[in-house]
Amino acid sequence: MALAVSHQFEQPASFSFDAESEAELATLIARYPAGKQASAVIPGLYVVQHQMKRQTGSAWVPVKGMDVLAERLGMAPIRVYEVATFYYMFNMEPIGKYHLQVCTTTPCWLRGSDEIVEACRRETGIKGWKETSADGMFTMTEVECVGACVNAPILQVDDDYYEDLNAERVSALIAALRRGEKPPVGSTIGRQTSAPEGGPTTLLFAPEA
Amino acid sequence: MLQDKDRVFTNLYGVHDPLLKGARSRGDWDNTAAILARGRDAIIDEMKKSGLRGRGGAGFPTGLKWSFMPKQSTLPGYLVVNADESEPGTCKDRDILRHDPHKLVEGCLVAGFAMGACAAYIYVRGEFYNEGRMLQAAVDEAYEAGLIGKNACGSGYDYDVYVHRGAGAYICGEETALIESLEGKKGMPRMKPPFPAGVGLYGCPSTVNNVESIAVAPTILRRGAEWFTSLGRPNNSGQKVFCISGHVNKPCNVEEELGVPMRELIERYAGGVRGGWDNLLAVIPGGASVPLIPKSVCDDVLMDFDSLRNVRSGLGTAAVIVMDKSTDLIKAIARLSKFYMHESCGQCTPCREGTGWMWRVMTRMVEGKANIDEIDTLEQVTKQVEGHTICALGDAAAWPIQGLIRHFRPVMEERINAYKARIASPSRMAAE
Repeated sequence: MALAVSHQFEQPASFSFDAESEAELATLIARYPAGKQASAVIPGLYVVQHQMKRQTGSAWVPVKGMDVLAERLGMAPIRVYEVATFYYMFNMEPIGKYHLQVCTTTPCWLRGSDEIVEACRRETGIKGWKETSADGMFTMTEVECVGACVNAPILQVDDDYYEDLNAERVSALIAALRRGEKPPVGSTIGRQTSAPEGGPTTLLFAPEA
Repeated sequence: MLQDKDRVFTNLYGVHDPLLKGARSRGDWDNTAAILARGRDAIIDEMKKSGLRGRGGAGFPTGLKWSFMPKQSTLPGYLVVNADESEPGTCKDRDILRHDPHKLVEGCLVAGFAMGACAAYIYVRGEFYNEGRMLQAAVDEAYEAGLIGKNACGSGYDYDVYVHRGAGAYICGEETALIESLEGKKGMPRMKPPFPAGVGLYGCPSTVNNVESIAVAPTILRRGAEWFTSLGRPNNSGQKVFCISGHVNKPCNVEEELGVPMRELIERYAGGVRGGWDNLLAVIPGGASVPLIPKSVCDDVLMDFDSLRNVRSGLGTAAVIVMDKSTDLIKAIARLSKFYMHESCGQCTPCREGTGWMWRVMTRMVEGKANIDEIDTLEQVTKQVEGHTICALGDAAAWPIQGLIRHFRPVMEERINAYKARIASPSRMAAE
């Protein structure tokens, strides 16, 4: 397993939920039966990560955030730590403004994910996985199958999928992100989602006509 | 060949409105109360008669699974929907979540009612952020319209549906790992027995079903088991969403009958193999964990549970990964070994150690930096992992390698011999 490169970073001295997070937490905890609020730990960790993004520009989960969540859910802090580190979507250290997550599993690899990795590296100057570009704009992570294989290769930017990519379109995407633009998500060649290129060959009637 | 009038997921590509208005126009939520009024036993009987086999990979009969829930229990029961779609090659549930979410929500009510559950939890993989939001919007609408919640559809039955977001772990697609995760723990599979129908979520009777199995249920109940069994083949009834990826001209998802010939599926819907059918090398027919099959088998194999099992592979999730003759097959399978190493939860020693070992040996095999007899050792190790772990991840890691050795051993030997020749010749030259 590739080891994450160790970076120097500071853990914040304290963490407390802001009003937006409090509202989200209340909704989340209400989904589970009384006494089973530990079920909200994964959704709760997203709340922490999103609040860090809002407050610092970097989506990650500091130790104090886990402690506060543990207290809220009546869990031992270690139970929250082990969940946060077991799942892959929680960043345990600060990341760049945009999180470039390249899928390199076989279906994406067959469609050219090597080229996507190369293009991301070239455009951002990032050399290894889990590294952040010098300007703090991008962090690059290798991810396993993201479940959009008929639109491979995929680059996931934060929570959004960019699909049917090639090197040129990755370069254009990263340039746009640098300019502060957010290109439309989904297929980058104008496909109708998972339909074959050129348009659907089934479901040709119009059920709502 | 399946006709549009028999297609269930009529908004598969998201051309139309995915939300309630559009869903109603496609027939969803049409007198759902009448389905519920048939009663638990009648619904389960109809599902059994339809022969629907679970669409998540294992192919276990859905109606039978529902019938395992206790008829009398002092504990609440739960339906848990597995939307942790992570099997490499598979992206069918994604389309249901984002384009036809009401089929799933209605299915949750009908299935939950039939098994006596009080609520459904839909566990959506963390990466499907946008898909999860669409599903949540559908759930919110359904509550507002009185379709779920108190007195769902005016049936007198109270039923809740909750969306739960995961956080990126393939293992949570295993039903007991999913339950652990939903309880707020690491996704480590539980020993069975007890089975979830006895002791599941929060220690209560639970049934875990795949998204597609649940989403297709209301249509089966409306159109009848006879309609469903008129599609597909005996013991492999119905339709299915197929995902065709890899080296085809037009990768896509498409709904077809079970038992469609693989060649027809690829040529009719996915624009054929890149460079033509004769340029085909091998296909992984059911998601990463089933063994690959070479072109000679692909020529006339049918896409259903039994036909693919007969050629020592499997339908799995019906994710067809096509590889043409330009593919370095050893590398393609080695990448899957890396996937399983990454996703092993680490609980069982044969899987935790074995997946890493298999990946390291496969990495040498890619280069050819191995001895011929190591192919046998590798195969033996896969057999020592297979069947010796709590869950099927160990098996899933073993099967792709076994398939490679079974069908392409000469390619592996050739790679090793080429490597040996390459390192032998410069040294010979140096000696001369």
